[in-house]
Amino acid sequence: MRLQAQRIGGHRVVAVAGTVIAVMIAGAGCRPPSSADHGGPIELLNVSYDPTRELYRDINDSFARSYEAEHGRPVTVKQSHAASGSQARAVIDGLEADVITLAVWPDVEAVARAGLVRQDWQQRYDNRSVPYHSVVVFVVRKGNPKDIRDWSDLSRDDISIITPSPKTSGNGKYSFLAAWGSVLKSGGTEEDARRFVAALYKRTPVLDTGARGATATFSQKGIGDVHLTFENEAHLEVAEAQGNLEIVYPRWSIRVDPPVAVVDQNVDRRGTRHAAEAYLGFLYTPLARTLIAKHHFRPWGDAPPPAAGEAWPPIDTFDVDFVGGWPRAMELFFTEDGVFDAIYQPSIPD
Amino acid sequence: MNRPVHAAARTPTPIAVTLVVAAWAIVGLFVVVPLASVFREAFSGGVGAWWAALAHDPDTRHAIWLSLTVAPLAVVFNTLFGVAAAWLVARFRFPGRSLLITLFDLPFSVSPVVAGLALVLIFGRQGLLGPTLAALGWKVIFSWPGLVLATTFVTLPLVVRELLPVMESIGPEEEMAAVSLGANGWQVFTRVTLPTIRWALLHGVVLANARAVGEFGAVYVVSGHIAGATDTMPLRVEKLFQEYRQPASMAVASVLAGLALVTLVAKFVIERRLGAESRERQAIRAPDDPVVEAARP
Repeated sequence: MRLQAQRIGGHRVVAVAGTVIAVMIAGAGCRPPSSADHGGPIELLNVSYDPTRELYRDINDSFARSYEAEHGRPVTVKQSHAASGSQARAVIDGLEADVITLAVWPDVEAVARAGLVRQDWQQRYDNRSVPYHSVVVFVVRKGNPKDIRDWSDLSRDDISIITPSPKTSGNGKYSFLAAWGSVLKSGGTEEDARRFVAALYKRTPVLDTGARGATATFSQKGIGDVHLTFENEAHLEVAEAQGNLEIVYPRWSIRVDPPVAVVDQNVDRRGTRHAAEAYLGFLYTPLARTLIAKHHFRPWGDAPPPAAGEAWPPIDTFDVDFVGGWPRAMELFFTEDGVFDAIYQPSIPD
Repeated sequence: MNRPVHAAARTPTPIAVTLVVAAWAIVGLFVVVPLASVFREAFSGGVGAWWAALAHDPDTRHAIWLSLTVAPLAVVFNTLFGVAAAWLVARFRFPGRSLLITLFDLPFSVSPVVAGLALVLIFGRQGLLGPTLAALGWKVIFSWPGLVLATTFVTLPLVVRELLPVMESIGPEEEMAAVSLGANGWQVFTRVTLPTIRWALLHGVVLANARAVGEFGAVYVVSGHIAGATDTMPLRVEKLFQEYRQPASMAVASVLAGLALVTLVAKFVIERRLGAESRERQAIRAPDDPVVEAARP
């Protein structure tokens, strides 16, 4: 009896295992490529960077309603968020994004160079395909105990700075360029700028890979005196800290221009071009602009205020072209053995 | 517990007391306190809020479901592989055998991130098999098959490593006896081999499952981070944490920690059985009456 039971049990295990493997092999990759062609529900994937999660959650709901009302087709938008550079890399390696909404021009350009996005992507939407922008601001501890007012304060010996790695993070790249440009704006030379960023990164105890990692380091782990980040991120961070943090607007800062693009190769294969293009177009509508402002991104065009009765704090900005434009900036600062590699040595704060 | 204790260890010397206290302090400080704080944070809003965080967020629900699918699939693969591989190297001598045993362990020494990137290099769009997979319309990376592959890779050594010493210690005699009595290969396996290795096998399966459910690094690289599609439980914990939803994040973390505690209990029970069986085997080796001893189930 006992032996027989064992034998049957053994067969059953093998049968189950065999079925599981057969199902796996047959079903590997079960996202139907062209369900969208036949009038069924459309599923879009928006591959974005760290700080836009809350924004796109609102936008997606709102877009789904407006698209279905207009075209009669239900659409859901799935979101993927991580450091901008890693996301571009993932799309190049096969993450099936219908649209990419990344932090910096070089990341979209890298996907375009891989042949997934048409080369003219910057001309496809208004404002060089940048539907909203932000600025780099300072987040400091409550009451600003170290009296940090402007960029020049960041080279002081008693200040420790939190910013993500400019190698992997769009946020990190912009902070680097903002620091560099601030020196040029106040009349310094490129040599002065180099000395300034060297001093700044010398006082950076941790380089996280993405924006949200750096935020956690600063606000939750309590490391550092000042956190360089986008205005929209700063608002979230300060709101979350319940009065323990505050924002400081420096005199000058860089304009953060996160571009968007339809991933042509993917939408053509999946038959989702119409919805994908409508999705990015939607970002320029008054409805989306209000949502964008609510999340403290500054929408393109006549920007509504973040909330009724609240105004955007004034700040003088320069864009990436001021520090030479993206191709030069990438080449000069962020490539292997560029300026950043030359000035940065991981160090323990003293 | 019933093993002989050295006489000197019975009277606690100051050094012994210090060491015991230090061991408890370190375990408490580095294991118990952090784990307890996860549970405290998870239940900070009450059981209702904890349950709502797990059950009412569709992305979290999906992450739990995904983890509970991916981990067992990886464990099934590792069990099939582990049994076959352990049997092969325990029963046969062939050129490259030691090298093969060393290679079984390789996934332990390779950083999980490297494992994930290696999969991207093979199955990614630009990878070795990328064009073939694209032509077939199959997705591996940034989809659940990639998660299973990555998880299988990092847990590969666990089952085979558990089985190998047991298989080597029992030797081939019983199996050869079964063959000489006319049993076919399948009968030998299910009636002789499997009953002797079952507790070791279960031990390996439990460990592999625990590691598979908790795997972060390799899965992080191949997941694509699509909420509600490719986020497993550990990835969901990170994501919720970064979205400033700490209680929800800790609620998912508490499920992972809870699974770890279940593993701990299962491991304890299985290890007791393993210990009992290895003593039994030693008794069989030098029996008073071999026939009676060997006939025991």
